[in-house]
Amino acid sequence: MSNMLEVADLGHTYGDYEAIGGLSFTVRAGELVCVVGPSGCGKSTLLRTISGLIEPSRGDVSLKGSHLAVVFQDYSRSLFPWLTVQGNVEFPLRSLPRAERRVRAAEALEWVGLSGAARKRPWQLSGGMQQRVAIARALAYRPSLLLMDEPFASVDAQTRFELEDLLLRVRREHDTTVLVVTHDIDESVYLGDRILVLSGSPARLVADLEVPLPAERDQVTTRTDEGFVALRSKVARLLNVGKPSMDVEKWAEAERESLSETVSS
Amino acid sequence: MRAFTRGLLGIAGFLVLWELLGRSPLIPAHALPPPSVVFGELVTQLTSPEFIGHVVATVLALLIAIVIAIAIAVPSGLVLGSVPAVRHATRAVVEFLRPIPSVALIPLALVMLGFGPETKITLAVYAALWPILFNTIYALDELDPLLVDTARVFGTGRLGVLFLVALPSALPFVLTGIRLAATTALIVMVSVELMAGSQIGLGYFIMEARSGPGRMDQVLVGTVVAGAIGVLLNNGLERVRRRWVAW
Repeated sequence: MSNMLEVADLGHTYGDYEAIGGLSFTVRAGELVCVVGPSGCGKSTLLRTISGLIEPSRGDVSLKGSHLAVVFQDYSRSLFPWLTVQGNVEFPLRSLPRAERRVRAAEALEWVGLSGAARKRPWQLSGGMQQRVAIARALAYRPSLLLMDEPFASVDAQTRFELEDLLLRVRREHDTTVLVVTHDIDESVYLGDRILVLSGSPARLVADLEVPLPAERDQVTTRTDEGFVALRSKVARLLNVGKPSMDVEKWAEAERESLSETVSS
Repeated sequence: MRAFTRGLLGIAGFLVLWELLGRSPLIPAHALPPPSVVFGELVTQLTSPEFIGHVVATVLALLIAIVIAIAIAVPSGLVLGSVPAVRHATRAVVEFLRPIPSVALIPLALVMLGFGPETKITLAVYAALWPILFNTIYALDELDPLLVDTARVFGTGRLGVLFLVALPSALPFVLTGIRLAATTALIVMVSVELMAGSQIGLGYFIMEARSGPGRMDQVLVGTVVAGAIGVLLNNGLERVRRRWVAW
């Protein structure tokens, strides 16, 4: 299988702060890869460098194919409120003739089950439906790579399950290559063909894990599958979940010292 | 409906108070004619081609002034709001010009432009510029960076972001600015007509009615019509805003 995305020694610093410290990985065509890491570890910076919104300080990002699409976490701020649902989905297709835009938007809305909402405004829809519009917009663009930044972090649990299954279905049906950035370990195991585990800042690659689960996933049975449980625990251990990180420990130590000094003086 | 009924009651109360005040011995009868007299005169005037001519002159000049103000202020606001260097360079001049009351510029405008309609239109434009300009700049400050990121990710260039994202996103603020500007422009328009020896317009009609024997009922007809124009403009623009930019 050919590589859709190749990231080589990618690093980014803001002033003195190193957000990403030399990341290398690849995403193969048709693969769904989840990037999981502790919050504030530079996941968003990674996504912004891959999508070209910021120029990385060093390293290379090369995408096979001409364009990528992004689905952001905050759907309410990422859809254009002055456009209809259809207008939003057509937004990336402006260079195409009108008739073709229509067809592709209608098609994409059908994939996400929103054909009936084409004439509505985004703010007339529920959060989950708005995120489906954002997904339809990304799919209508027919991207070589679909980037998703915590796409389901702002919807309720039930909607989240629905949207996860929707993503798995559309990417299977349309052979889309997807990179999902998330902080949710369960989600990364449930969605991914592969999981990239990142360390805290600066973000470095801790592990690149294959997900040993069948392609068909099910919210009830997959989540109780032994392979699922084992991998979830492994990722959690890699992320040091439940243990305070070194920084917190050092900081707490320093605080205790300064407190005892104040008391003794 | 209840709000509408209450509004009507308020207006009725105001008219009764005015009627009583007009007929009371406290105020000389010729100084404040009661509404019954004024509205009688209003009906007479509304059928007079001369009066209608004055109203049309004012409304037309007002509309021209608003259109010119929009044409100047919105593009300037877009530039000032999106290019910080230009904004910093012009800040001192803008801060100096903005507080100048348009009416204080009447003598200057008369010397420069003469007694024609150019003078009142220019001064109304001057007054109407600021609310539109500042609302446009403010709207660009409030532009959500995520909308811009979204557009950029889908291959939109700088100019595309300006016209497809910044401008529509600024529209509600701009329309509010236009609504405020329209009311201000009306005030300035009528003031200039009153003071600057204009030959036509609602302000001129009011001034003419007052001079000589002093027809206060006609003066008040002019005032009431000026107020009505203001209300119509304000409500009309508010309706436009709600109809077209309801997010």
